[in-house]
Amino acid sequence: MNNYLKFGLLITAIVGTLAWLAAGGISETKTYYKTIAEVNQMGKEGLEKRIRVGGDVAPHSIVREGREVRFTLSQDNLKLPVVYSGIDPLPDTFKDGAQALADGKLGPDGVFRATKIQAKCASKYEAKPAVAKPVS
Amino acid sequence: MENIGALAILLAFCFAIYSVAASLAGKWARRPLLVVSAERAVYCIWALLTTAAGILIYSLINGDYRMSYVWEHSNRSMPAIYKFASWWGGQEGSLLFWSWLLASYSSVVVFKNRRRFRDMMPYVTAILMTTQTFFLILIAFVAKPFNVWQEGHLIVDLRDGNGLNPLLQYWTMVIHPPMLYLGYVGFVVPFAFAIASLITRQPGEAWIKTTRRWTLVTWMFQTTGILLGAGWAYAVLGWGGYWGWDPVENASLLPWITATAFLHSVMMQEKKGMMKVWNVVLVSTTFFLCIFGTFLTRSGVVNSVHAFAQSSIGTYFVAFLAMGIALTIYLILNRLDYLKSEAQLESVLSRESSFLFNNLILLASCFAVLWGTLFPLISEAVTGEKISVDAPFFNRVQVPIAMFLMLLTGVGPLIAWRKSSLESLRRAFLWPMAAGAAVAAGLAGFGVRNFYALISFALCTFVAVTILIEFYKGARAIQGKTGANLLVSMVELTHRNTPRYGGYLVHMGVVLMFIGFTGKAFDKDTTVEVTPGTVVTLGSYQLRTHPVVNEQNENYISEALPIDVSKNGEDLGVLSPEHRVYIASKQPTSEVAIRRRLNEDLYLNFAGMSADNQRAVLQAYVFPLVSWIWIGYWVVLIGTLICLTPAKTRMVWPRTQVVGIAGKHEHVEK
Repeated sequence: MNNYLKFGLLITAIVGTLAWLAAGGISETKTYYKTIAEVNQMGKEGLEKRIRVGGDVAPHSIVREGREVRFTLSQDNLKLPVVYSGIDPLPDTFKDGAQALADGKLGPDGVFRATKIQAKCASKYEAKPAVAKPVS
Repeated sequence: MENIGALAILLAFCFAIYSVAASLAGKWARRPLLVVSAERAVYCIWALLTTAAGILIYSLINGDYRMSYVWEHSNRSMPAIYKFASWWGGQEGSLLFWSWLLASYSSVVVFKNRRRFRDMMPYVTAILMTTQTFFLILIAFVAKPFNVWQEGHLIVDLRDGNGLNPLLQYWTMVIHPPMLYLGYVGFVVPFAFAIASLITRQPGEAWIKTTRRWTLVTWMFQTTGILLGAGWAYAVLGWGGYWGWDPVENASLLPWITATAFLHSVMMQEKKGMMKVWNVVLVSTTFFLCIFGTFLTRSGVVNSVHAFAQSSIGTYFVAFLAMGIALTIYLILNRLDYLKSEAQLESVLSRESSFLFNNLILLASCFAVLWGTLFPLISEAVTGEKISVDAPFFNRVQVPIAMFLMLLTGVGPLIAWRKSSLESLRRAFLWPMAAGAAVAAGLAGFGVRNFYALISFALCTFVAVTILIEFYKGARAIQGKTGANLLVSMVELTHRNTPRYGGYLVHMGVVLMFIGFTGKAFDKDTTVEVTPGTVVTLGSYQLRTHPVVNEQNENYISEALPIDVSKNGEDLGVLSPEHRVYIASKQPTSEVAIRRRLNEDLYLNFAGMSADNQRAVLQAYVFPLVSWIWIGYWVVLIGTLICLTPAKTRMVWPRTQVVGIAGKHEHVEK
């Protein structure tokens, strides 16, 4: 067997294995970005997909019950009830009015079951003085 | 003040354009004085940007809250060190910082080479200054650091600022961004030399010899930056992780991977004149990934926990990248004859082949990270649906890659150049492999059932033993001649060939880090709501909680939860995780309490009060072996510094297998 063939086979084997692992990894962990409107409209086929949905945490909606945290995500006038029961602690920035991203699946009862929450603190950018604006 | 700063940036922008034009014109028209004037312009840019940066820092420290940058990123109650760090705490300031670092690097390059490489230097200057021009466009016209608050025609002075994001008010965050930036920016220089030598068809490997140290220093900064970021995430973010495959983390990892590949494959070019095209491609890829990383961090194109504002500068980056990549590809294709390889691969069992696979696997890893990071964009373009992949995807691909790399780390340095016989392989690897197998069998005997963890520990042992044998053999040889003891001989050995033995030390550091990463397979955690006196058991630890203690200073309000820790009945003292709310930004943060030991860390986080405000939420984790990641880093750092130390003996040997022109290519190994 000549050298080029040997190298070719080895390289193909390595790249092939990695591609196979990557393809498996993608199909297992892929998450669809959806808006609250899209989530509300989804039918039965939506229950299987992993979804990432974003919105603002509705004020005074956060309720802790043991390890579970319930809250409502809102965007414009649309609302989505969420229950979080993941292992990781909720981020410090997660509070009333924060922008949050919830990862998980939609339950048959219309409640979104989140396994991961990311949050961005919105107040920091809203707190700009009302009248002044930066100019060069 | 702010006008002087803005003017300095504008002038620097003009000087950068002049410098590009003058160095190219001087080169083409053969006017050395014009080239020199272009080089002087580089120093001027440095002086101007230093002035601008100085004004910004002065305003940050003295609290000139008329300026919007100062208002957004600083406040009165912050310690001075964080006020200073606010320089790179936001978009505009950090771009100014990038620019200033590039100016500093460029000045050093121009000064060091003022009498060398006269035919190549105009191009080097032009490439450096083109990059500089790009960043100056950004800070002069798009993301201006010297904007002031204004209402009508009156400038508004605000009483106090917003403050630096409290999560960033931690000591590693003061040095993490500068380190990463030193790494990012530093890769412009090897790239400039590589491209300049391509344009001028430099004979030999001049650009590699000049830039190898530079690349190594830059790589060291980048490694430090990444590890500081990991250490910060671990100690500050409260979830006990050091790496989350976040887009911004990936952005810093990508150029690091290609730089690592470059540091290895460059040896092939130095010793055998092979892989020349590949090296130019790698050094260019690294440079563009550095720019791309800055782009990812700064443009908000991918969702990230690193909450930078969305902004319009993305388009500028895309344009710059597209033009740069197109020009580089054109140049490489145009100069393929100059990059012809001087030797051929002879066998699968050879050093050459181990380098080849090392590079293949590193590039595959880089590609997988890039693919995963950009997957939302790719899927949106292809299917119209935005789909993201998560940490499990990265782990699933990267863990086997890491294992394979580890194997090569052990095999590569010991296998012979050109062609290795099975007999010599057996001799070299018998004991290391036996040791690795023994460790895996022993651990399995103790009940460790995690497949990847067993493989990882076996490989770590394998590599560690090969390295120790190398040191031992070399030291014994010296001991035989000088009669000094083994330790002195090892130091002598390292001193004689610093790149080689420094490199081994770096490998050893990586082994230690891998041991730390493998510990992840054995994490334990629990979350409980506690009242004073509650006892929580986690593994062999018992945690007894005390009442919450409240405190306040001018920067933040804090609640602390003191906890008596004991292990198997033995008292280990009090750990006190805190929950803080920063006053200026009203942002809460967690101050975790960590008991760090070599075998495992106990990690306690006070996650706040329960809904009825009666019970404290305590999260307790045990992280085995995490400390070895940080220890491994120090070993990597020491190894890199040894590589950078000049060797005691300068060995001269002709390159192997270049019959006929060996004399011409005589090579000095430092």
